[in-house]
Parts: sequence; structure tokens; C-alpha cells
Amino acid sequence: MAGASPVNIEAPPADVDGAVSQAAGPIPGRAAAVGPPLWLLLELTYRCPLHCVFCYNPTDFARITNELSTADWLRVLREARALGSVQLGLSGGEPLLREDVELIVAEAHALGFYTNLVTSGVGLNETRIRALKEAGLDHIQLSFQDSTREMNDFLSSTRTFELKSKVAALIKGHGYPMVLNVVLHRLNIDHTAAILDMAERMGADYVELANTQYYGWAWHNREQLMPTRAQVERAEAVTNAFRKRVGERVRVYFVVPDYFEKRPKPCMNGLGSIFLTISPDGTALPCHAARMLPGMHFPNVRHSSIASIWRDSAAFNRFRGDGWMKEPCRSCPEKAKDFGGCRCQAFLLTGDAANADPVCDKSPHRHLVDAALARAEHPHVVEKPVLIFRDARNSRTISECNG
Amino acid sequence: MIQPTSKPAIGRGFRLQWEPAQNAHVLLYPEGMVKLNGSAGEILKRCDGARTMAEIVADLEAAFATEGLEKDVSAFVAFAVERRWLELRQ
Repeated sequence: MAGASPVNIEAPPADVDGAVSQAAGPIPGRAAAVGPPLWLLLELTYRCPLHCVFCYNPTDFARITNELSTADWLRVLREARALGSVQLGLSGGEPLLREDVELIVAEAHALGFYTNLVTSGVGLNETRIRALKEAGLDHIQLSFQDSTREMNDFLSSTRTFELKSKVAALIKGHGYPMVLNVVLHRLNIDHTAAILDMAERMGADYVELANTQYYGWAWHNREQLMPTRAQVERAEAVTNAFRKRVGERVRVYFVVPDYFEKRPKPCMNGLGSIFLTISPDGTALPCHAARMLPGMHFPNVRHSSIASIWRDSAAFNRFRGDGWMKEPCRSCPEKAKDFGGCRCQAFLLTGDAANADPVCDKSPHRHLVDAALARAEHPHVVEKPVLIFRDARNSRTISECNG
Repeated sequence: MIQPTSKPAIGRGFRLQWEPAQNAHVLLYPEGMVKLNGSAGEILKRCDGARTMAEIVADLEAAFATEGLEKDVSAFVAFAVERRWLELRQ
């Protein structure tokens, strides 16, 4: 399951009598000061039993069948850890479709990684969760698509709600912090109260309400998934009321959809800053959505070491620092805060990955975002939703259309 | 409420470790990390659920040949408990 935003290196908390001065290290402003790839995301496979309409995986995933071997993944772990990688995400697709997840977790744990499994829950049973616990798995993030069986199963195009509910109990039973992730969009955002009540009943410790980010499959389905502003505001109000009632017992992260903001998100803390994704075929990416960026030759771990990929490859240096920026970013005082936003979003909306993220209201392309928001306010556009489910057949169709 | 007899321990789901690449202690938790400064690291590495607050303060004062740390250490432990970095055992 690949719906969640996998980066959360915490910003510096307030100074407490000098006890914590700096929680996150300084962000390298120039390629010369390349820090470690603190966050390593291994997308073990693009195969997935779910067919979620908002998935950020590439729409041509069905073309990518030559998955790395276990030995390759273990080598990636050792090399990345030597460079200073410390947070490990195991995602996909559905990572549990690989039978070597336990081996990969065991090696990662021995190397000192904090290990996060990001799963739909499909494939997680008593035997495997025991083996994963023994291997040293630290955390499991479980996705739900909605609060009811009907909507969960419709949105994922599977019958998985009951199974997920059982898996939630299994995770709790094995003493893991229970982290639920629900991707929000036009079709489920009005169920936010019910989703939060479900999370509370399941004993969730954390709930991530992640509004859809429009990449991959979500980009193809954007017209059908974009909520109205009123929907977003209602969902935030409901979330705040829940927080007030439940307090610290269930922590809720509400990830605001960036189209509704005036400033872009500091995507990946800037490409090539802290984040390294290895996709199923070994392609190394500075962001899990970056595969679509044109003119980039992303290196592959089958041919290059992690050190040379991270430090020396043209692809990882392309958007480091701020030398690549155009106006209005180049002279913007906020460029050190948001790094010009998201390169993939700049490319998808404006055709040039080096443009300012058009979410920014200083961008000359902001009207493109506003136009998408305006369309969402007119229900006639979406009265007959045609959702493209993430499956191999649709993947091949889209690949052929795109050449 | 933090008492001199409270025994702080690293919170469930969190892990404290030394990272040579960052030259710092870090606190790891689900999908996140806090890089700690020297004093935060020194305090947290003593929070093993066995030692009391009084013992931790005394140990820090001895290690750094100073005194009067109790207020600062308590304030930091309260800050950390609020964020679930630490939990208190009695």
C-alpha cells in the first residue's frame, strides 16, 4: 500500500531550557554539503492485491517485473546504513507479497535501522507477525480506505475491510503502536467522523488522515478525487472536535491537501537532501514519485553503489541546493523553507520540473491549481465519476497511450 | 507528575541510539526521528526505567561535575513525556 507520505523527519521542537537546541540538522543548502540519506524507502514490489484509485505508484508499474533479489536488497541495506540511513520504510505495492520481508527486516534490525512496514494488511497473519516481531520489526502502518466495508471495499476494489479489521487487532495484540493511515478524497472525506470513531474503537495510537496527493494513479483520477473547499473545512473541524474529546489517547495527523494552501510543501526537504527510494527494479529515486520526471537518468543499484548514487549521480544532484531554481523561487526569501515545493507537481502541472510548484501563489502558474479547485466546486463535472482503478490491465492501457 | 522517585523509560515504539553519521543521539519512532543535542542525549540515555529521577540527576551532576540540574532535567523530562518520548514508571 503506497498511499501515505513516508517522510516525517521532525522539525526542531521549541527550546526547553536549553535541553533540546536542534532536533533536525541544518538542511544542506548546496550540493557540496551532502548529508546522509536519513530516510530509506524500499518499494519491494509494485504488485498489490488492492487497486486503489489514489495510489501514487507509477501508472506504468505493470511494465516493471524484474524485482531485485533478496541478496540485492540486503546489499542496499548495508550500503545505505554505512552512509547514515536510519529510518527504513518497507512499502510497495504490498510488501508482504514478498516472502523475504522477514529476512530483510532481520538484516535491517541488526544494522540498526528503525523499521517501518507500510501495508494494506493483506498477507499479515499470526505466523508472519510473530516472525516479523522476532526479526525486530519496530512499527506497522496499516491502511484503511474508509470506515465502512462498502466504501473500503469499493475504493480499493477488493473485499478487504473485514480482513483489515482482524489485522488491526493482530497488530495491537502483538504490542505494536497502532498506526492507521487513511487517504482522504472527495468520496470519503465526509466520513471523517466515522473514520476517527473506527480508529478509536480499534485502539489506534496514531491516525494519519492524508489528503490525496496528486501523483500516479491519483493524478489520473484527480477530477473525481478533488474535494471541495467546504468538504476540507468540515473534515478539519470534525478532526479538531475529535482531538478535543479524545485528547492524547489518539494522535491525529491531518495532512492538508496542498492545492488548498498558498505555499507549497517542503517536498522531501528538497530532492537529494534526506530521502532515498529504491523501487522494485532497483531504480534509485530522490522521491518515490520522481520516476515520471522527464530527461532524468535515474541510476540503478544493480550497477552502482548507494554511495555513488547518492553523492555523485547527475540525477541526485539535479535539484540539490538552489542553483537550479528559476524565478520567482530564485530570489524568494522562503526558498530555504520550502525548496520551491514539489518538482513532480511542477512538472505535472506546468510541464517543467524546474518551475516553482504552482501551489505557491507567487507562481505565475497558480491559475492551474485554482482551475482544478474551481472544477471541484461544480458537481456536474463529476456527476458520473469514471474512476481508473490501479490494476495491471489499466496500467498497460495507460502505458500504451503514453507510448 | 514527575517525582524524585519516578522512573522514566523510553516510550513504547521509540528507540534511542547513537548515530555516528550525525554525531548525535537520535530518537527514532514510527516514521520519524528527532536529532538530540548533547544534553538531551545525556538525559535520555539514563532513562532506563530502573533509575529514579533523583538517581539520574545525581549521576548527571557527578558526570559533569556540577550541581543544581534538577529543575532543568525535570523540565526536559516533562517535555519528553508530553511527546511520548518517555513514559514514567513508579
